[in-house]
Amino acid sequence: MFEKTIRGSQRYWGWLFFLLVLMGIGFGVYLYQFFEGLKITGMSRDVSWGFYIAQLTYLVGVAAGGVMVVLPYYLHDYKAFGRITILGEFLAIAAVIMCMLFVFVDLGQPTRVMNVIIHPTPNSILFWDMTVLSVYLLLNIVVGWNVLSAERKGIPYQKWVKVLAYVSIPWAFSIHTVTAFLYAGLPGRHYWLTAIMAARFLSSAFAAGPALLLLLCLIVRKVSRFDPGREAVRTLGGIVAYAFIINVFFFLLELFTAFYSQIPGHMHPIQFLFTGLEGHTYLVPWMWTAAAVAVVGLILLIVPATRRNEDTLVVGCVAVIVSTWIDKGLGLIIAGFTPNPFEGVTPYWPTLPEMLISIGVFATGFFILTVLYKMAIGIKEEAAGVS
Amino acid sequence: MGVNRREFLKIAGLSTLVGLGGKTAFELLAPGELEAREAPLGEAQKWGMVVDMHKMDEPLMDKCIEACHRFHNVPNIGTPKEEVKWLWKETYHHSFPGRENEYLTEEVEEMPFLLLCNHCTNPPCVRVCPTKATFKREDGIVIMDMHRCIGCRFCMAACPYGSRSFNWGDPRKAPEALNPGFPWNPDYPTRSMGVVEKCNFCAERLAKGQYPACVEAAAEEVEGALVFGDLADPESEPRAVLREHYTIRRKPELGTGPNVFYVI
Amino acid sequence: MYDGGKIITGLVIGLALLLFPFFYTAGKAARAPERELTAKAKEAEKCIEATAFMKTGHMKLLDEWRDEVVRDADRYYTSNLTGEVHYKSIQVTCMECHSNKTKFCDRCHTYAGVDPFCWDCHIAPKESE
Repeated sequence: MFEKTIRGSQRYWGWLFFLLVLMGIGFGVYLYQFFEGLKITGMSRDVSWGFYIAQLTYLVGVAAGGVMVVLPYYLHDYKAFGRITILGEFLAIAAVIMCMLFVFVDLGQPTRVMNVIIHPTPNSILFWDMTVLSVYLLLNIVVGWNVLSAERKGIPYQKWVKVLAYVSIPWAFSIHTVTAFLYAGLPGRHYWLTAIMAARFLSSAFAAGPALLLLLCLIVRKVSRFDPGREAVRTLGGIVAYAFIINVFFFLLELFTAFYSQIPGHMHPIQFLFTGLEGHTYLVPWMWTAAAVAVVGLILLIVPATRRNEDTLVVGCVAVIVSTWIDKGLGLIIAGFTPNPFEGVTPYWPTLPEMLISIGVFATGFFILTVLYKMAIGIKEEAAGVS
Repeated sequence: MGVNRREFLKIAGLSTLVGLGGKTAFELLAPGELEAREAPLGEAQKWGMVVDMHKMDEPLMDKCIEACHRFHNVPNIGTPKEEVKWLWKETYHHSFPGRENEYLTEEVEEMPFLLLCNHCTNPPCVRVCPTKATFKREDGIVIMDMHRCIGCRFCMAACPYGSRSFNWGDPRKAPEALNPGFPWNPDYPTRSMGVVEKCNFCAERLAKGQYPACVEAAAEEVEGALVFGDLADPESEPRAVLREHYTIRRKPELGTGPNVFYVI
Repeated sequence: MYDGGKIITGLVIGLALLLFPFFYTAGKAARAPERELTAKAKEAEKCIEATAFMKTGHMKLLDEWRDEVVRDADRYYTSNLTGEVHYKSIQVTCMECHSNKTKFCDRCHTYAGVDPFCWDCHIAPKESE
């Protein structure tokens, strides 16, 4: 099936080449980090995780979000999603690979990464995160590949594939729950120490993942002759709307607990994010942007007229992606480390090399995504007899 | 194979008593161990420390820190973001957040406190480590296996005391001007880039029956400023101090069971 | 065979690239270096275990030591050869005799193309030259 990926338009090759250049730059800067150490990043003794781990967190959500098309199709036999489940699964593959790369580039001793397997440690959540992510990657590869090749041959896929597809549904929930547990079980990190963390993660994942998938569907429709279908897009819009409402609601619950109880430890990280703490206000404009964008997203997604209009739906989905990214891909990690264990504030901001490495990882993910989508679309076009 | 510490001390003690014809067991067993002629410390189930703030002052703290960092080849990196510290000073407000009030005595308000790893009874850093690179020994010491650490820094996120430092760069490339003659102790390793490190209660000195470097340094000036011993033994020195004085610990409400106590 | 010519050309180029290192170094085999002993090591005549074992197994022994010392607080090693007890430490015990790291360790390691990370942390003895 890979032969579908080596015949493409100039635009296709241009896009891949562009991504390859970004990957090359990222790899070069990574070598610099490999030899100089993580001091080339903005991280510090106090904010010891930064942009890399934040992207891991966000992308686990994107990977898990794919289940929002898999679940209705396999469990509820929702036919409209039949055409796009493969897009959800392939998005999950690309996202999980990006997650793994982000963990890898964050390691101080990357050559020892296999120690996690040589000395398995079930009491460490990181061990479980690695386990569930690897299995989820495998599930999506096997299911995606087999379903696609069955579709190509015009035969129904094997029974065991369906079993694996069923397994992948709770598994998607597990990857983001475990990722939340990385944070939610640490004593002394007030912003993270909350029982609703996993639920918040899942709700934001089920908003951001399908929102990204919806945008990808529209791009696919534009650049190829494969149409994911009006109904699929419309239903996705509904899913994004519900999940995002729940996500905002969960965040408001956090605000209530912190500010009604007035416990300083609970209020400090949120104050740091939205008003600044000890004179450090650099995240304040970001967080208010996230809040404003979230409101715009909510309005566009809740009002039926704007949700059903594709142009405004696109704006709504972009708003969801932007606001959940600022929340999870930026604020969550920094505020978890702020204030530090001594009630002080050490500012963190990613450095240029850190950004270039991150861009390289994103480019790798999008490269994989493009190639996989090209393959899926080629086969779908073939099956539909359009090429 | 191998002789464990108890056996070693036993053989060493016996042979010194008996005289064993010229060569003592120390020379026989371990050529580098001659300084361990006396073994003031035995074994313990739970090593712990009491910091008596009445006997401490800032110059003495600096002396302890210097002794620790020189013994363990902990360089001064020069930037607060990358700094590595095993033993350090913080104000009361920073050391005991949540326990402050507006009307503290001047002494407590202004006095720095000497901080180190608490060698918790229930250490979160050990719980989260994905490779068992940080683990708790049977004698209570929470220690790092530098050979195994992958540098994921999960332990730093888990430690509520800020006791852990990461080697953001190569410690041997620490500015020469700030670290003349580094590495100072040729018998103790430095660390490599990309691993986490922290206080190890001088496990390598305890193995020879010696007190931790900071305790020894403090004892040269004042008796009992740092009291070190087995908390599980009711007859131990720290237990005697704990019986007589009101002490506080850092963030005990988190359930970590810190084993460093402060007399204030 | 479609595109037979292209495939065969590709195969030939691939094979040539693969075998290039063999042709390039043919007949130029480097001589295995001799390790050099310090006066102190010569005088001792024997290491903590038989020389043959030390030559092939020192890395395994050191690997065991580091785990035993750090993880089990087991710091003393009894020689199977002499029954003597030694302090398990590359930095303190091994290098006391083998204080010529460049000529004792590095030569063979370089030849064998291995790069152990012992010395990233452990401090090598100062050598006079």
